[in-house]
Amino acid sequence: MALTEQEILTGLSEIIDEIAGVPADEVTPDKNFVDDLDIDSLSMVEIAVAAQDKFGVEIPDDQLKDLKTVQDVITYVHKNAS
Amino acid sequence: MRLPQPAAGARILAFGGYQPGNVVTNDDLAAVMDTSDEWIRSRVGIASRRIAGPDETVADMAVAAAGKAIAGSGVSVSDIDLVIVATCSTESLIPNAAATVASRLGIISPGAYDLNAACAGFCYALANASDAVRTGTAGHVLVIGSEKMSAWVDDADRSTRIIFADGAGAAVVGPVADPTDKPGIGPVVWGSNGCLADKIHIKDRTSFLFQEGQAVFRWATTELHPIALEACQRAGVLPEDLAAFVPHQANLRIIESIARKVGVPRERLADDIIHAGNTSSASIPLALARMTERGELHAGMPVLLLGFGAGMCYAAQVVTVP
Repeated sequence: MALTEQEILTGLSEIIDEIAGVPADEVTPDKNFVDDLDIDSLSMVEIAVAAQDKFGVEIPDDQLKDLKTVQDVITYVHKNAS
Repeated sequence: MRLPQPAAGARILAFGGYQPGNVVTNDDLAAVMDTSDEWIRSRVGIASRRIAGPDETVADMAVAAAGKAIAGSGVSVSDIDLVIVATCSTESLIPNAAATVASRLGIISPGAYDLNAACAGFCYALANASDAVRTGTAGHVLVIGSEKMSAWVDDADRSTRIIFADGAGAAVVGPVADPTDKPGIGPVVWGSNGCLADKIHIKDRTSFLFQEGQAVFRWATTELHPIALEACQRAGVLPEDLAAFVPHQANLRIIESIARKVGVPRERLADDIIHAGNTSSASIPLALARMTERGELHAGMPVLLLGFGAGMCYAAQVVTVP
């Protein structure tokens, strides 16, 4: 069964907490990775790799650069999940 | 036809390291380009690096490191019959560095070649040296990683200038003392992925080094831990039994990520990069030389090496500390 956006948010929050040390409750859809969560480009790569393991959706570097907010990633994963 | 008598196994007899005297701190770089100490430390984990003088060559640094390794090994130069210099930053292509280095060290007419597997070069060279000793084609081998990366870095390119640095490290490889002794250099696991060759390159001899940092980061943090684990498995050493993990000092965040995936705790991860920067093929032997000098590693301890870099070439093996 396809993941809901809420499930993706929950999973993504866990990943961001683990990789960047941002508490899960601070990870809300409107947050910008760079400006709000202080996550740099290398951490974004780690997050993308972890998201691929968790959701089975690959986020290539050329797509990753356009994913600015938490909602952007949720939408991308939701749309591309098989 | 006859073949030489093979040796039971090869081992490392000693390490030696050399860094140029010129220390360049993050603040020094921040004074001439748009960066800061905090930015560099958080992105790549480097606090300072050493940069060679304008006239200091790859061969000069190799000779300095190798001299220490030979002195520490107790091996006479007359017993060394093969010299391999792993490098990707020599000033010229002909002659190779290895023959010059050998001659300057007083090693008479050894086999001598340079080996370019970029930042994986030392591990490739060590594997070649081990095989040469084991098959009897060489008695003792001098293996050196020496790099003057600063010569190939664009001073205006922040992404590479903060990372790459200069230095050399060396090891003397010989047969095990007694045929019943266990080998000191484990089986190599090596390979390459030329599909990603454009991710790190120097286009031609008038170009500077280019690196697509994000792509390299992704490759290194996803593809290399299975290689490291396979090297442990082939050597019959469990990751938890490793005294240290000494990967190529590419970027502290990359190697911390690989170490987590290999299952090596942070305190056993070599972090020489903090004060050496990324010295390409020199980084592993430089780290090993420093760690043994400081008494952090003792004779007989198993250490996992993992070289990786442009090409994308990689190689891993477990070695025993001399």
